[in-house]
Amino acid sequence: MERSVVIAGFGGQGVILAGKILAQAGMTHGLEVTWLPSYGPEMRGGTANCTVVLSDEPVGSPIVDEPSAVIALNLPSLDKFEPTVAAAGVLIVNQSLIGRAAKRSDIHVYAVPINEIATRVGNPRTVNMVALGAYLKATRVVPLDVVKRVMAEAMRDGGKEKLIAVNEKALDEGYAAIP
Amino acid sequence: MRERYLLRGNEAIAESAIRAGCQCYFAYPITPQGELVEHMAHNMPRLGRTFIQAESEVAAINMVYGAAAAGVRTMTSSSSPGISLKQEGISYLAGANLPAVIVNVVRGGPGLGNIAPSQCDYFQAVKGGGHGDYHMIVLGPSTVPEAGELTMLAFDLADRYRTPVMILADGLLGQMMEPVELPAPIDMASLPAKEWAATGARGREPNIILSFDLSPDNLKKMNLALQAKYAEIRKNEVRYEEAETEDADIVIVAYGSTARIAKTVVRMARAEGIRLGLFRPITLWPYPYEPLRALADRVDTVLTVEMSAGQMWEDVRLAVAERANTPFYGEMGGIVPTPKEILTEVRKHAR
Repeated sequence: MERSVVIAGFGGQGVILAGKILAQAGMTHGLEVTWLPSYGPEMRGGTANCTVVLSDEPVGSPIVDEPSAVIALNLPSLDKFEPTVAAAGVLIVNQSLIGRAAKRSDIHVYAVPINEIATRVGNPRTVNMVALGAYLKATRVVPLDVVKRVMAEAMRDGGKEKLIAVNEKALDEGYAAIP
Repeated sequence: MRERYLLRGNEAIAESAIRAGCQCYFAYPITPQGELVEHMAHNMPRLGRTFIQAESEVAAINMVYGAAAAGVRTMTSSSSPGISLKQEGISYLAGANLPAVIVNVVRGGPGLGNIAPSQCDYFQAVKGGGHGDYHMIVLGPSTVPEAGELTMLAFDLADRYRTPVMILADGLLGQMMEPVELPAPIDMASLPAKEWAATGARGREPNIILSFDLSPDNLKKMNLALQAKYAEIRKNEVRYEEAETEDADIVIVAYGSTARIAKTVVRMARAEGIRLGLFRPITLWPYPYEPLRALADRVDTVLTVEMSAGQMWEDVRLAVAERANTPFYGEMGGIVPTPKEILTEVRKHAR
């Protein structure tokens, strides 16, 4: 089975890193994966997104017309990607920054106060890990502990060991936010 | 199974070049191949090899000429406008029979264009972007692992035929990440000695490496020798892949990133009963004319899909001639066609 997710938000919300950690975790979990970023000027403050495809077979197109999930961290991302979610797919909406409800009724919509949760966890910059945790619970694509392990490794590689604990908590809280 | 690494296409090319024994790498940075330069900057000095960020693309390609003449494995990389600047040097490398690897991570053109993925440098790569009657071997990887494999191959082919070899990638392949099983580094001692190289003429006659001869008779001989080499390459080195072509009514011809997108289209088309196959040239020069011609005899339609105005389409039509319909679907300016968009084109030609 092939699953795909578009993670989209403002530059600086960490969507590129969240996608990389998911892709790395998928690979560690034995899946075939592709990770495709939007690159260029939009990485510096505008909207940013990346697409991750996870499959048990080799991945053809890394570009997906109808992703099986979308994580929208801001309104422009919801406007752009809500219509693309595959039927019966998953849409995670960052309720903290998005003032409208999702319009689709043929998909699973989860409105999550992602920024509030990140602030409660103790670091507003963990928005991306809260969102990733919610996505993992909603889709069960990769086990949470595999993602935690990969995240911790990425933090260590970047010399940010002291951020591991708070990001683990963010993943947990995001995971718990989905029923 | 060997360990898998999640790498960008740019990183897979750089790391494979290192494992292929690239001793000297020269480049000037440009998006979307920045990570390639970064990977080499980080790793080449650590291994005691040469990394130079040249003052320009022209300087970089001429440094490649020098390193190649001295007999070491050498590479440069850039993206479209930077590759244009290197064309004089590439022609000199071809004329002087020097082995070198050149990577083009193609972006939107012409002119300064943009930094989005494109395949608009096909003509430049396969029809001779520089002056003179020359060709280089051009390899078109379609996945990140293949980008690595073809980089290893590029160094071998460059040495075997004493010719520049180009890896023709694009921004999508350069930027995307995918799991890669990296090959073991080659044993440099196992490579044949380069008796022709300018290594210092102690105890032997000097080796002279030139790309010119003022006598027309002699220059003609030089050209004939080059053409004989190209005939040999055409005979030995054609590479391509066919997928689901056995019972196909329609085949897509695509290379590089577009070909991997087309693989998804084949799956989608088959799910709705369209017998679609894929023909993927891996060597863009020498082009797989004969196998494509043979395939065209068995199908109704050969649909070319590429991110250009129809550059490879010319080679497809040369191969297919009147044997099948040869429609074209392309995107330009850095737009990447999606699977659904290509499928819509395929449906127009389905029985």
